[in-house]
Amino acid sequence: MKSNKTVEEINKKIRQGDAVVITAEEVSKMALTLSPEEIINEVDVVTTATFGPMCSSGAFLNFGHSDPPIRMEEISLNNVPASGGLAAVDTFIGATETAKDDPYYGGAHVIYDLIDGKDVLLKARAKGTDCYPRKEIDTYINKKEINEMILFNPRNAYQNYPAATNTTSSTKYTYMGILLPGLGNVTYSTSGELSPLLNDPELRTIGIGTKILLGGAEGFVAWNGTQFNTVRPKNKFGIPTINAATLAVIGNMKDMSTEFIRPAVYEKYGVSIFVGIGIPIPLLNKDIVRTVSIRNEQIETTICDYGRNGHPALGKTNYQQLQSGYIELGGERIQTAPLSSLYKARIIAEDLKNRIQRKKFFLTEPVQLFPKNTSLNGLKIRGKDYE
Amino acid sequence: MSKKYILKFRPSAVEEPVTYCLIKEYDIRVNILRAEIYPGKSGIMLVELDANSIKLKQAISFLQHKDIEVIPFEKRIHLEIEKCVHCGACTAVCCTSALSILNEKSELVFTPDKCVACGLCVKACPLQLFQLQFEE
Repeated sequence: MKSNKTVEEINKKIRQGDAVVITAEEVSKMALTLSPEEIINEVDVVTTATFGPMCSSGAFLNFGHSDPPIRMEEISLNNVPASGGLAAVDTFIGATETAKDDPYYGGAHVIYDLIDGKDVLLKARAKGTDCYPRKEIDTYINKKEINEMILFNPRNAYQNYPAATNTTSSTKYTYMGILLPGLGNVTYSTSGELSPLLNDPELRTIGIGTKILLGGAEGFVAWNGTQFNTVRPKNKFGIPTINAATLAVIGNMKDMSTEFIRPAVYEKYGVSIFVGIGIPIPLLNKDIVRTVSIRNEQIETTICDYGRNGHPALGKTNYQQLQSGYIELGGERIQTAPLSSLYKARIIAEDLKNRIQRKKFFLTEPVQLFPKNTSLNGLKIRGKDYE
Repeated sequence: MSKKYILKFRPSAVEEPVTYCLIKEYDIRVNILRAEIYPGKSGIMLVELDANSIKLKQAISFLQHKDIEVIPFEKRIHLEIEKCVHCGACTAVCCTSALSILNEKSELVFTPDKCVACGLCVKACPLQLFQLQFEE
């Protein structure tokens, strides 16, 4: 048996119905008793998945032209503001944008309602031009009527994320959930050993152009995600121990399912969106087998104090401990809870596995690999830089 | 047997030493989990009553004679589980483990018997799927 395979060879096996596909959780279990060599002889593809709140998400929409036409400048959808700066009838609606009259309804809900086939109220104003004379429009749109609805999420699927706690004496309402005072709880948000970028920590198989499952439909990795950071500290298993790489993803929202895109509202924080993503990893060589075999106890993350400015680090833990329901920190036992759904992530990983086995989903090689040695800039508050 | 009830007091009943009577006359182990008095002096109390079923029945009929409304607790907390995504955010604030995802499927399981109606899950659920009726 060859211990190196190509994506083309794996696709041929998929076409013949011979490809062996298992989930990242299954391969981690398998690796306890089998060597990477034995695994690569048996398995061709490993499926990974995540279903969690991912704020940096949104949708491009094209409404089509009315008669007489309008060059929309001030746009709202179900009273949620959308971008008016994108030609005449294109817009981008951000998931975290909030309705003018309802803090519990936002861009994420508009996206959900559109996927659900509901009518959404479109209002727009314009100054009126010779070629676009209409100054106002007030109508309903839905999935069937509009030309395009494209989900484009600039930053999804974080490779690891800090676990959050709160050392202060007051409850903190954060995007990491409600953090009780005095180290009252710890929350975390990844699917651990099932999470896409934790199974490909060096980003060897996932890159620009990789075909994925996004919101229950086929989508693509469009680019490296924003705040893409490859120079974070890594543990001895090569896993960054804090949030690192990210993905920008794109897909046809008309094909998506409300099972895998759900609006979320976090108390005293605001609107976000649950996004379901599944990514296949081809087992091309033994080294990739080693990376997909990573287990929860080997994936560490940093515990950060979200009660204090700058979220100072308090220590480290791993996903086996976090998933057990409690961790120990400074001799104290603290209750833990996830914010991303392992239950849903498993459904996505199984769905992707079934699609590949039923010859409905083929693997892609990245068109281009992600950049290396990228780090982050903070935002300086400063005056204009005169020369 | 031990059961949780919500007791609703009209203004006329707020000053009755009801808990004393439950203990002294009916031999009930009373655990007050939550109690509030609203403007106009109507009151509401979440209690766990522990006694044999005959005593419990007698006690409830005593409360009803005092014009106190006795509502079995499970009818007051509601989770729309069919819409749940099993994220687990509610379990972060549930100190009695009435809400838990610590099972093989990582599925949210709600055990109303363990709930003390603190109401934190209502705020913690990003899908707003909990309803707690503990008000007038």
